[in-house]
Amino acid sequence: MIGIAWKSLRNRWPTALLAVLAIAMSVALILTVEKIRRDARNSFTQTVSGTDLIVGARSGAVQLLLYSVFRIGSATNNISWESVEEISSRRAIDWVIPLSLGDSHAGFRVLGTSDAYFEHYRFGAKRALAFTEGVRFDDVFDAVIGSEVAAQLKYQVGDNIVVGHGTGNVALVEHEQQPFKISGILAPTGTPVDRAIHVSLQGIEAMHVDWRNGATVKGEGTSAEAIRDMDLQPTAVTALLIGLKSKGTVFREQRAINTYRAEPLLAILPGVALQELWGLVGVAEIALMIVSVMVVIAGLVNLMSVLLAGLNERRREMAVLRSVGARPEHVFVLLCIESTLLTFGGIVMGLLMHYILTAAGSLFLMQRFGLSVQLSLPQSTEIKILVSVAVAGLVAGMIPALQAYRKSLADGLSQKL
Amino acid sequence: MKTDNQPIVQLRDIQFAWHRGLDPVLAIKEFSLSRGEHVFLKGSSGSGKTTLLNLIAAVLLPQKGSITIANQPLAELPRSKRDQFRVDHIGLVFQQFNLLPFLSVAENVQLSCRFSALRKSRACEAGLNLDQETDRLLSAMKLAPDEIRNRATSELSVGQQQRVAVARALIGRPPLIIADEPTSSLDSDSRQAFLDLLFSEVESAGSTLLFVSHDAALASSFDRCVDLQDINQSIIPTDLSGELQ
Repeated sequence: MIGIAWKSLRNRWPTALLAVLAIAMSVALILTVEKIRRDARNSFTQTVSGTDLIVGARSGAVQLLLYSVFRIGSATNNISWESVEEISSRRAIDWVIPLSLGDSHAGFRVLGTSDAYFEHYRFGAKRALAFTEGVRFDDVFDAVIGSEVAAQLKYQVGDNIVVGHGTGNVALVEHEQQPFKISGILAPTGTPVDRAIHVSLQGIEAMHVDWRNGATVKGEGTSAEAIRDMDLQPTAVTALLIGLKSKGTVFREQRAINTYRAEPLLAILPGVALQELWGLVGVAEIALMIVSVMVVIAGLVNLMSVLLAGLNERRREMAVLRSVGARPEHVFVLLCIESTLLTFGGIVMGLLMHYILTAAGSLFLMQRFGLSVQLSLPQSTEIKILVSVAVAGLVAGMIPALQAYRKSLADGLSQKL
Repeated sequence: MKTDNQPIVQLRDIQFAWHRGLDPVLAIKEFSLSRGEHVFLKGSSGSGKTTLLNLIAAVLLPQKGSITIANQPLAELPRSKRDQFRVDHIGLVFQQFNLLPFLSVAENVQLSCRFSALRKSRACEAGLNLDQETDRLLSAMKLAPDEIRNRATSELSVGQQQRVAVARALIGRPPLIIADEPTSSLDSDSRQAFLDLLFSEVESAGSTLLFVSHDAALASSFDRCVDLQDINQSIIPTDLSGELQ
């Protein structure tokens, strides 16, 4: 029977192929949506591990999380250096990583920070940053670049780069007078770190020596040597990542920072803010999932219509089969096998398309958003999806099969048409 | 079994209507075929031929009367056994479109052996395997097996297709061969040649032949000729029953 079904399908391969393609595309879509959903969450969750509190100027928790850790969007205000020192001196606090954002180089963000960043920043399963080449920044004009920056711009340790002001792809003004030298390249992390250029806070200040009120001072600009001799104490930073000595004090410290009198500040727990973010994103995810399910249903409806439409042309075929002893049950099973073959063909092809899409898309997602999407074997959710598609395909195939059963029962050996 | 004198097909007092309460389209008091007989059943289109064939092939059951094929009263067969009974005992040849377009010629010929172990074992009785028997039948039907065996049926001429259909009906030597207008798509020259082949092979298989056609010109080659209009006592006008076929 399987042989007959297979040969019959092969004989009608253009329609069969279209039915398989429709299912394959819907399967690929639903798998990819699910994959991106999960990997995006993973990627986000992996980015902040080991940080107890994130502090920024008062705004929304999600906004602070997005701009401080994921480098999405920008800060509305800064934290003054006095507040940074005050917070750092609190007894419960173990370490503080200052983050100063707002500049870019060739579309990559420049992050001003301190040694504490290499010391205390953790990602994934509490992994520390590692260097593939070079060392931390030491001089004012030293820069440490992420692996993506190095790969895309083909930079090596010792290269000179020019940093621009603003965060767009094309910087408004380039600080040509103050070229930075690459001192180190970080190992890939699968987080936005890969897409950042890290300089010292003093380096950030140095870039802006010739900046007053949003425009460069006319003239030659200050030389690098002169800048080195200047007082480059930063006046403000964008955000702080804080590690506590004891997790138990996290709510007390949060409250203390939130009620800080000298300046309106906001401290958030990364996990809580992430949950809030998922709450927001969840609506879009559900919408995407509904659309994907609809597409799967459309694929299966197409399968049904292909089989149903074929039935009329195939009444002769059924009559011949009946004449050589096929029972109406055989006809039913034959059609069921056909729909099963088509569904499974669709699922296999869909999986393949999904992997090709993921492989092709992961590069884009990494380069564009610093999102790491890895090829992986189907997870339990994916397997559940595939099984549901298979079951739905079988059920969808039953309807034409039942129709064929009734027809072959009624037609008998007479060849209508 | 072959030696007994029981007719292979026997219809007695049958009446068949498409729906309960409608007048019957077929009402036959007595119609039987002896073993080995070649019978020509004449019926113009719409005379209820196909209905009669469906009755004999156990696809339809009459409301009244009994049909016995090869000593088996059909009414006593449960529905699930009827299809098996048909393939075991009856080889069918239709007017046209006998072959499944997606199977090769050889696969088409062997089709009934997929559904009937009895036909399969009888096909191999002479010590040939199924493929050899297929080749034998194809060459008996004046088709070159080597050339045609693996061809797609769509590449064959209509005449060749009909001969393949006969080979399929004959494989495993079913006691009864029913041919429903098998020659109507052939031209008159090939018609007689086709009939000669059919006769000789039906004879060597020891089967009984029920040949249905509206073309009375063919009747002379048969042992017996029966006009359906003579045996059908139904009062339904032929054009109306034709619609229902």
